[in-house]
Amino acid sequence: MTSLSLHASLKELTLSDVSVGYDGSAVVKNASFQLLEGQIGCLLGPSGCGKSTLLRAIAGFESLMSGEIRIDGDVLSSPSHSVNPEHRFIGMVFQDIALFPHLTIAQNIAFGLSEWPKVAVQERVTYLLDLVGLAGFESRYPHSLSGGQQQRVALARAIAPKPKLLLMDEPFSGLDAKLREELVPDIRHILQHEKMSALLVTHDQMEAFAMADQVSVMDAGVIHQTGSPYQIYHRPETRFVASFIGHGDFLPAVVCGANCVHSDLGNIRGELDHGFADNAQVDLLVRPDDILHDDDSEFLGVIVSKWFRGSHFLYRVKLTSGKVIYCFASSHHNHAVGQEIGLSVHLDHLVLFSR
Amino acid sequence: MLIAVILAIPIMVVLVNVLIGDSQVWRHLYHTVLAEYISNSLLLMLGVGIGVLLIGVPCAWLTSMCDFPGRGALSWALLLPMAVPAYIIAYTYTGVMDFAGPVQTFIRELTGWRYGEYWFFEIRSLGGAITMLTLVLYPYVYLMSRAAFLEQSQNTLEVSRTLGYSGRAVFFKLALPLARPAIITGLTLALMETLADYGTVQYFSVNTFTTGILRTFYGFGDVAAASQLAGVLLMFVAVLILLERYSRRRIRYHASGLKKASSRRMTLKGSQAWLAFIFCLLPICVGFLIPVGVLAYWAAFKAEMPGANFIQLAWNSFYLAAVASLLVVSLALVLSYAIRLNNGRAVRASVGIAGLGYALPGTIIAIGTIVPLAWLDHRIIDLVRQYADGKVGLIFSGTLVALLFAYVVRFMAVSLGAVQNGLGKIKPSMDMAGRSLGMSPTKVLTRIHIPLLKGSVLTALLIVFVDVLKELPATLILRPFNFNTLAVRAFELASDERLVDAAPASLMIVLVGLVPVILLSRSISSRLG
Repeated sequence: MTSLSLHASLKELTLSDVSVGYDGSAVVKNASFQLLEGQIGCLLGPSGCGKSTLLRAIAGFESLMSGEIRIDGDVLSSPSHSVNPEHRFIGMVFQDIALFPHLTIAQNIAFGLSEWPKVAVQERVTYLLDLVGLAGFESRYPHSLSGGQQQRVALARAIAPKPKLLLMDEPFSGLDAKLREELVPDIRHILQHEKMSALLVTHDQMEAFAMADQVSVMDAGVIHQTGSPYQIYHRPETRFVASFIGHGDFLPAVVCGANCVHSDLGNIRGELDHGFADNAQVDLLVRPDDILHDDDSEFLGVIVSKWFRGSHFLYRVKLTSGKVIYCFASSHHNHAVGQEIGLSVHLDHLVLFSR
Repeated sequence: MLIAVILAIPIMVVLVNVLIGDSQVWRHLYHTVLAEYISNSLLLMLGVGIGVLLIGVPCAWLTSMCDFPGRGALSWALLLPMAVPAYIIAYTYTGVMDFAGPVQTFIRELTGWRYGEYWFFEIRSLGGAITMLTLVLYPYVYLMSRAAFLEQSQNTLEVSRTLGYSGRAVFFKLALPLARPAIITGLTLALMETLADYGTVQYFSVNTFTTGILRTFYGFGDVAAASQLAGVLLMFVAVLILLERYSRRRIRYHASGLKKASSRRMTLKGSQAWLAFIFCLLPICVGFLIPVGVLAYWAAFKAEMPGANFIQLAWNSFYLAAVASLLVVSLALVLSYAIRLNNGRAVRASVGIAGLGYALPGTIIAIGTIVPLAWLDHRIIDLVRQYADGKVGLIFSGTLVALLFAYVVRFMAVSLGAVQNGLGKIKPSMDMAGRSLGMSPTKVLTRIHIPLLKGSVLTALLIVFVDVLKELPATLILRPFNFNTLAVRAFELASDERLVDAAPASLMIVLVGLVPVILLSRSISSRLG
């Protein structure tokens, strides 16, 4: 390995049946997914679901109980073999930022470039500081920077050695909401500009949707579904994904045809076959934007509570069967709690789970 | 783990002796002097306790919540008496205040009275000991309660003003109860030092546990009885430790959710400001400026010119302190890394035990050290005699090894605290960041850990160095024959009533002791600035 040789950029990261655990009990069970060149992936799940452990396993800080982690065909981790973290060419950004307090910003960024010639290091540091919008901060120390600035330095430090892959462990959780909103598109832009493949861990779905091309939803150590943000929102494959992502209710229904179910809100037809047998008892996922307020509808519900959201109202409505669901209405349709309103369903894809 | 167990040996030895031992001497002690030891020790604790509270808490309140001319300088100068060991201030004031001293001589010359015709405060008494200990120990209470006052939210205090409380009522109804856990912690620290004191009470002929232990040890040569006395003392200490731990927990509880105090202070004017100024200046004068001035005067004009002998003493002290501090700090590093790498319950518990030593008086540790080491020595001698004809001397007891071991036990807690504090700032994610940037584990150690730890390791070295230099009772018991340090020499000269000649050694100890106090006050003011 010569120092300046740029490691060919990542073609693919492959996890196959990876299990990670301590003392014989698995924290991550049989995780499999692929990440392709230039993509930003995301592990999304509630806290304690094992997503950070999986990330640390990819970085080489956890050993595997079973399965394999490969980059471009080379095995990085298997139960019998593990490449040391420092030889993986994988960069990492940490939740607590972890800048070295005794080094200046420039020295922090140059930390991973110890084998580069001096001139090249200088050039790289200047370039990166410029890229993350911190030109002129070279000789400052980390403690004099704000949280957002520190996070940018941490990013610059991680991508300075041009790693094959960048891992980010809840990188925005320590920042306030406004700063996060600014930083997320910035960082996505920087990563795309550098053509850097990256994997992000977060429990915040808005962050995941804003950053990632591909989201893997995890719960209790298991990856439930991997797909684009659109797919996991509109085509959830498991009950957990359906309820974890976005607002939604499960409406009891009975199958009445290849693309039809019957529910409290009448017969609902999708564009595609759902694959359930006739008369099967199922639950239909309905999102607030699937149910619209419609004065002409024959299906009625009583408003239980309401929230004014500026452009629209979000109503919680109790159907005649007693089931309570969300419903959007334009902000001109101002109804009082306790009033009865008409509802209609607008669904083109039926998401069903057997009951 | 092993280190921790070995460090716990002295405490165990003393405890075991309390439980099993029953000697003639012990029974004799029990019937004659034990009651006196207990009552004297209790009175001493009571007096010092009241004293340190009366000085420490008001000074802390004035310097943290009020504003008056000189407040900034006073708030750190109030720490200065910490640098003076109690026995040294005792020697100094005895020299000044006793019958032949300048104060009484002056009074006699002024009035023409002669011996016995007037009453003067007898400094070599229980009251004198209480005064001396109070003067050098109040900074503990001052330090803790000041921190507590500063943490109290200005808002809380202002809310109570709007609810109709006067400034004084706020202090008694709100600020004082809020600061109580911190004050109690400071108080227990001061009381631990009181129990540990040997030099002062011995010199003032106040019979307490520490003097009793040494007398039993030397006078009767009865190690068992001495360690039983030590055991009783240990129970007193245990109560204090429990009290301290309990109130520390409460500090955390009380401080939760309070925001940093804004720096709005009550401005004192006119006579109030003068009173505050004088009140805070007084302990500094009496506890530091006067004794140090007197020492300096004696050392410069009155004392025997220090010769080669003095240089030898200083060398002994520095050499001993340097070796001990290096040893203690390296062991502290090993223990801290053991916790970091394997944060199991067993490791943490053993480190907790290793940290107990600081609460223990030097006399207890000395007794606890000498008993097992002497036993070990005799086993070795027997062994050598059995298998070879050669003769060996005492390898451990009565050599520097024993002394160093005792220092390690006593001062482990201090350096552990400093080192762990430093290591705690190096988050595990920094190790991982270094690794993911291509550093091997050894490089992570040299490029991240060592530069970051340097400061706290140096602090730990310094504190242990100074503490060893000041340490008296353990050194007295465990030092090799004819091996003297500055502290021991000052004690011996003072015991021979050559107070003035003790001045150079005493002054040296105080000056070196100033260094960590200055460091401490600087870190306090930088935290506030």
